[in-house]
Amino acid sequence: MNFTDWLSFGFMRNALVAILIMTPLFGMMGTMVVNKKMAFFSDALGHSALTGIAVGVVCGLGDTTWSMIIFAIVFALLLNYIASKNTLSTDTLISVFSSCSIAIGLAILSKDGNFGKYSGILVGDVLSISRKEIIFLVIIFAVTFLFWVLAFNQLNAMSIHRALAKSKRIPVAFYENIFAVLVALTVMLSIKWVGILIINALLILPAASSRNIATNMREYHLYSVIFSMFSGVLGLFVSYYTNVATGPMIIILASVIFFTTYLFGSRFKQ
Amino acid sequence: MKKIINPCGFHCIKINHLGVNFGEEVVLTDVNLHLHCGTLNAVIGKNGAGKSTLIRAILGDIPHSGTIEFKDTHNGTLQKLKIGYVPQSINIEKNNPVTVYDLIASYQSRVPAFLWKKKSLYKEIEKALEVFEAKDFIDQQVCNLSGGQLQRVLLSMAIMDEPNLLLLDEPVSGIDQNGMELFYKTMVYLKEHYDLAIILVSHDLDYVAKYADHVILLDETVSKQGNPKEVFESPEFKEVFATGREEKWFQEGKRNRGTKEWDGTKVKKEG
Repeated sequence: MNFTDWLSFGFMRNALVAILIMTPLFGMMGTMVVNKKMAFFSDALGHSALTGIAVGVVCGLGDTTWSMIIFAIVFALLLNYIASKNTLSTDTLISVFSSCSIAIGLAILSKDGNFGKYSGILVGDVLSISRKEIIFLVIIFAVTFLFWVLAFNQLNAMSIHRALAKSKRIPVAFYENIFAVLVALTVMLSIKWVGILIINALLILPAASSRNIATNMREYHLYSVIFSMFSGVLGLFVSYYTNVATGPMIIILASVIFFTTYLFGSRFKQ
Repeated sequence: MKKIINPCGFHCIKINHLGVNFGEEVVLTDVNLHLHCGTLNAVIGKNGAGKSTLIRAILGDIPHSGTIEFKDTHNGTLQKLKIGYVPQSINIEKNNPVTVYDLIASYQSRVPAFLWKKKSLYKEIEKALEVFEAKDFIDQQVCNLSGGQLQRVLLSMAIMDEPNLLLLDEPVSGIDQNGMELFYKTMVYLKEHYDLAIILVSHDLDYVAKYADHVILLDETVSKQGNPKEVFESPEFKEVFATGREEKWFQEGKRNRGTKEWDGTKVKKEG
């Protein structure tokens, strides 16, 4: 068996490039999502994609990507705004928003028994990504990386103590909103390739694994990106030979890394 | 970093008619304070009296009415007030990889802490930590520090900007009796060696009696202020601390502390 023959297919090369862009992005962003305890938030955001698609279908759009993105941004900003009002506990609030938006999405998409048409997006298919769609990923990667270089310290400061960050004149609400919008954009631009049901795992698992062994911020990012890319590339490779959907295979590998670092992390740290 | 300056005594901070409402509920009203640099000002009061709210309002974390002025009494000019703040606890749970360097760099610098450690910044942070004997913690994860160690790290960070006003809560958890003594000695060191005023929310009246220069009894507004003796002997103080006296005695018995410089026992018996 020749282990490079999978690269002779154009769609496999595209998929590999997409994964090489997506996984470091998720690895990097995941660190802050985990530190800010936003795992539930990003999960709800992923699920809102269904509603976004439904809105697109109702409006008669051919390409529902845009309605999905716009809906996710509105959804993220609205959640941030209501959470800042402090009237309900955040997890309750997210749950309410999430269930409500999934229900609306499912109701619209399943009208006249048509849900089968959309069920593919639940699992995702990275092999169908096109050149043009890769360019979108490159753009969001570049924007997020730039934001990280410029504002990572502030984000970290905010996640550690909001009032203290505010007292250092950090525009807390502004950064929080930009971060939420970037998470929304990243998730929405990748969701077709990874799948609604598991996209959150790609955001959380590498960072969570990294936390098991990292002893400072640099290690935290480095390991998270490495774990994410490793499970991405290996997942694609294995899925090709086993004929399993790529998204789930990547997440299985990422989970194995998580449990391994969880079990042996304390030994590694010493 | 900055050199240690003695308090000049000419700076003062005036808080005029400060008020805070949460919706319909009045939490603070007409709070007037006059603080001098080089003084330790203790805020006391029962639970829910608005002590933490006062700190958050001065910090600008919640909206308030009234004004806060920072004046040079020497020539009467108004200046911009720089506030240092030491939170009681921070949001770092077990397993969080943030080190002391990462923590301080995040607040004090724009050099992205996830990419590299900047030498000069590292040196600067080390120097600041040295003041509170916390230099050895710089590469340790914040989640592995004890309550007292974290307090010293946060104090070092608060002092880095040379604030005119330092806001803090007395540590309540993870600090033993020696730690408390050390904490108050640090406060005294700070007010004597830096040009700043300290507002400390305090729960331990004995330490307040021993170390504070000015005591503010808060109950929605300033019900009494002055030096410790004045406040502790006032009828307003007795009214607030009359209930819960047994509890206080119980705590005292548990601690079994030695003699005090100022006769705090009298206060306890009467109030």
